[in-house]
Amino acid sequence: MNLHEFQGKALFAEYDLPVSNGKVIYDAEDALKACRDIGGSKWVVKAQVHAGGRGKSGGVQLVDTPDDAIEFAKKWLGKRLVTYQTDSKGQLVNSILIEECTDIDKELYLSAVIDRDSKRVVFIGSSEGGVNIEEVAKNTPEKIIYEPIDPLSGAQGFQARKIAKVLKLDSTQTKQFTPMLKNFMKLFVEKDLSLLEINPLVITSGGNLHCLDAKINIDANAIYRQPQIADMHDPSQEDPREAEAAKNDLSYVSLDGNIGCMVNGAGLAMGTMDTIKYFGGNPANFLDVGGTATQERVSKAFKIILDDPEVKVVLVNIFGGIVRCDLIAEGVIAAIEEVGVEIPVVVRLEGNNADLGSEILSQAGIKIESINNLGDAAKKAVELAK
Amino acid sequence: MSILVNKDTRVIVQGFTGSQATLHSEQAIEYGTNIVGGITPGKGGQTHLGQPVFDTMEEAKKVVNPNASLIFVPAPFCKDSILEAAESGIELIICITEGVPTLDMLDVKKRVDELGITLIGPNCPGVITPGEAKLGIMPASIHMPGSIGIISRSGTLTYEAVKQTTDLGLGQSSCVGIGGDPIPGSSFIDILKLFEKDDQTKAIVMVGEIGGTAEEDAAEYIKNNISKPVISYIAGQTAPAGKRMGHAGAIIAGGKGTAADKILKLKECGVHIADNLVEIGAKVAEVLNK
Repeated sequence: MNLHEFQGKALFAEYDLPVSNGKVIYDAEDALKACRDIGGSKWVVKAQVHAGGRGKSGGVQLVDTPDDAIEFAKKWLGKRLVTYQTDSKGQLVNSILIEECTDIDKELYLSAVIDRDSKRVVFIGSSEGGVNIEEVAKNTPEKIIYEPIDPLSGAQGFQARKIAKVLKLDSTQTKQFTPMLKNFMKLFVEKDLSLLEINPLVITSGGNLHCLDAKINIDANAIYRQPQIADMHDPSQEDPREAEAAKNDLSYVSLDGNIGCMVNGAGLAMGTMDTIKYFGGNPANFLDVGGTATQERVSKAFKIILDDPEVKVVLVNIFGGIVRCDLIAEGVIAAIEEVGVEIPVVVRLEGNNADLGSEILSQAGIKIESINNLGDAAKKAVELAK
Repeated sequence: MSILVNKDTRVIVQGFTGSQATLHSEQAIEYGTNIVGGITPGKGGQTHLGQPVFDTMEEAKKVVNPNASLIFVPAPFCKDSILEAAESGIELIICITEGVPTLDMLDVKKRVDELGITLIGPNCPGVITPGEAKLGIMPASIHMPGSIGIISRSGTLTYEAVKQTTDLGLGQSSCVGIGGDPIPGSSFIDILKLFEKDDQTKAIVMVGEIGGTAEEDAAEYIKNNISKPVISYIAGQTAPAGKRMGHAGAIIAGGKGTAADKILKLKECGVHIADNLVEIGAKVAEVLNK
């Protein structure tokens, strides 16, 4: 689960990490009061969306008057911001962060992720912040440090000093950075993060370290024990069909093809998409209906798939493990009748009682193609989608 | 021979009296698996599926001396259960549960490695040695004893590979689902090592998917250490890069992790690639007939 910048910064502040004085507004009328409360004569206004690259897309601006802040809020609130990290529809802006202006001397990069190789939390730092860090990693890898930190022992001073060298901090800044790194690590572990990124981490004109941005992603498996974070969830940042699927414990990702897919298991779902592509078709979605393909879940899945107007045919691929295929077949038939599916449906059932399942499907008297071989089923779906 | 489990493996089920554990333990017992008891805190002293229930692993260890554990407890309690089994000297721990927090697994993985214990999963279908023992949720009917070792990150994809090798009459020595989580208890390499030493295994099927670099690491290992033919299929060749937040994940992967990268690396290391899911079995047969 992703957080907005203002939510991330609130967490930073909780962990004594230096962030700008700021206010979040949901209504353009509140911009004036926010500017006055913050004080000063210059403000940064930032559209809050779950995507990077906002600056280059006009989603971040420096303003000299509260009127300009109001103007900016009116321009963006309720609109969608498209950046190189979003799809072509962009992300809905429903809040704006107004902050005091920070004078920047230098921009640095700092992030942390869980590293599959070292099985630690790895901090990544670079003296080249604010820019496209992926390019830096590719072209000048010597400018990047990777420092794995054991969650059980926490961040140590020597690790902060190692990172500080690469960030080219002076001795005063290095002393500032040591407790910061410890607190970033504490935040990462205590809040079950999967990603923490500060780009840029800046040195102000006064020579102090300061977090100018905050990107935070939380491990979805740990949300149950993070009630504070769960409350920060903003469903407006998600694809509505994906959000609806998630509510029903279905994993759905919308794609741009016309063959709807309903599969049990994420790996098999990807394998089914590959098979469709292999035979010249285009999948409309990824959908993992889960281990137990009950009638209720299959009905919900059909509704979500059919909500996409591009879908011309649905391919159902269920490998019945423990659940018997005859029961799945009955569930599929009932779901098709309940939802009122009008486009062709190709069903491939394999596993326990697969033959009985196919027989039930073929005798149902509705428009179902029952094909037990996955290759043949995919070919049929591709043909029907043309 | 086989790997990890056989008919003599003494299995304890953690979370024994829950509905999923009950369903799958019943099927495992029916398959001939030697389940010697289970653990459900608060239900010690009861009998379930004809086997004794214990409050703690320590008691179970004294009374029925299990050497493998099969875990079905809910995700919030998996760290506790895995560590309980590990600290009690259980040699093989298989955790079926999905949704275990990643940071829990960092701690768990560190401890089981220190103790030299084999952990399979979490978020996996388990391990089966056809005709001998089934420790997991896979459908028994598609398996047959044979010569192909199967390793996979995905449950239902494992079943596809199993079904295809059964249909061709090859059968399986053992099948291991290592699970799809970022921090799995065992890697492809851990299981490849075991199949290399197993006389019954004539060829190995490795089913991978996009994300991480487990397949790339395995490819390098296969080139230097595995003499048996390895056939691989990688799922997610058409998956879009997807929306993402920040750059850190991309940097850490160093541009690796796509299906194309994995396939290229595997080919370079002498692994046979099944281009499509439906051709895994045929590819195995082709390689064995060479």
